[in-house]
Amino acid sequence: MNMLNVGKIYEGFVLDRIQAGRSMEIYHHLKLHKLDCCVAIIKNARSEAMGKKDIIKIECPIDVMDLDILGFIDHNITVNIIKDGEIAEKKELHLPERISNVIKCKNPRCITSIEQELDHVFILTDKENEIYRCQYCEEKYKKK
Amino acid sequence: MKPIKHLLSPLDLSVAELDQILDLAADIEQHPDKYAEACKGKKIATLFYEPSTRTRLSFETAMLNLGGSVIGFSSAASSSASKGESVSDTIRMVSCYADIRAMRHPKEGAPMVASQKSSIPVINAGDGGHQHPTQTLTDLHTIRSLKGRLGNLTIGLCGDLKFGRTVHSLINALVRYENISFVLISPDELRIPDYIREDVLEANNVPFQEVERLEDAMAELDILYMTRVQKERFFNEEDYVRMKDFYILDKKKMELAKEDMLVLHPLPRVNEISTEVDDDPRAAYFQQVQYGVYARMALILTLLDIQV
Repeated sequence: MNMLNVGKIYEGFVLDRIQAGRSMEIYHHLKLHKLDCCVAIIKNARSEAMGKKDIIKIECPIDVMDLDILGFIDHNITVNIIKDGEIAEKKELHLPERISNVIKCKNPRCITSIEQELDHVFILTDKENEIYRCQYCEEKYKKK
Repeated sequence: MKPIKHLLSPLDLSVAELDQILDLAADIEQHPDKYAEACKGKKIATLFYEPSTRTRLSFETAMLNLGGSVIGFSSAASSSASKGESVSDTIRMVSCYADIRAMRHPKEGAPMVASQKSSIPVINAGDGGHQHPTQTLTDLHTIRSLKGRLGNLTIGLCGDLKFGRTVHSLINALVRYENISFVLISPDELRIPDYIREDVLEANNVPFQEVERLEDAMAELDILYMTRVQKERFFNEEDYVRMKDFYILDKKKMELAKEDMLVLHPLPRVNEISTEVDDDPRAAYFQQVQYGVYARMALILTLLDIQV
């Protein structure tokens, strides 16, 4: 079997079990394009559990990344925190209390529909049912 | 320095703060002369991006009664919004001219944007179909003055409960009082939004029922709050025409009501209350307008932190 070998990292994160095809979306949400560090994206890696999956490896100081948004995108993603070349911790993902500029309010009556450069902010109003509402108009965000 | 206090939703005020404002409004009603110069040298900016008669005049009257003065505009067309100026920019500019502002905007959440950019208190004077907290102050002051209490009430809300911002704000405020129950009377298309049903009524275990016929609810109500089906909230004229005369309160329906029930309406009314009801002693909607001025005077004093 041919294996793709991507170099080991010494400090940073390995985001594993990403649903195949969603790694670029996560790359943008985490604003990895703004980070001056080594990032490897592996698409369609073989997975016994998932068939295929994506993986992102990020080599960076672990305190510079805010990964809370992953909890909103897909809380099944595994986040491995790497220190000294080893997995130091597996981070549990939680739903963030507040999401900025990840999703957009679709209410045509909302101020975000006309006011340019306004942050689109959603607040977690019901943790149990994973309901987010627009901070401005309180419209519920529907995940398709 | 105290953080600037805004009023964007009735929930921005605790029950204790709300009661203080209503007490102050009652005192203003009893002793208007005492407050006649309380805001001397202060200015209110009334920024109305959407037409209004009552609310704008009520704010302006409130400030003039307090000895202050008024600046502002009464439509988006007569402001720089027509040139494409953003809410944020207008707000920063007005902060240099006035001490407090009342703002109405057709887009929901616009006053919140204003509050984020403002160095003076912002009062939401109605944002789209979302909230209208000073109408709520008016409604609460009217109910408390005429009924003597804000608890132990069955309140019927009738008409456009979907886009009726006064209804959303009133429910938000009343659920915090004891033994409140609601009868929500609307056609299926204009039922209350889910954020009110789920996050406010159900979350607070407040009893409510949803019915379509006004006649079925009349007998049990202490307060009947009528609302207009608002043409400006519909994107489709056909839907508006179908809904607009769904409810008409007339003398015959009033015969079904308790002798001490109150009829309130945020006004303007179109056809939903027949003029023959105006002479009924239970019709309190014009008194409500006067109570609104006292409530807004009390709010202005509170947000400006002026003690008399």
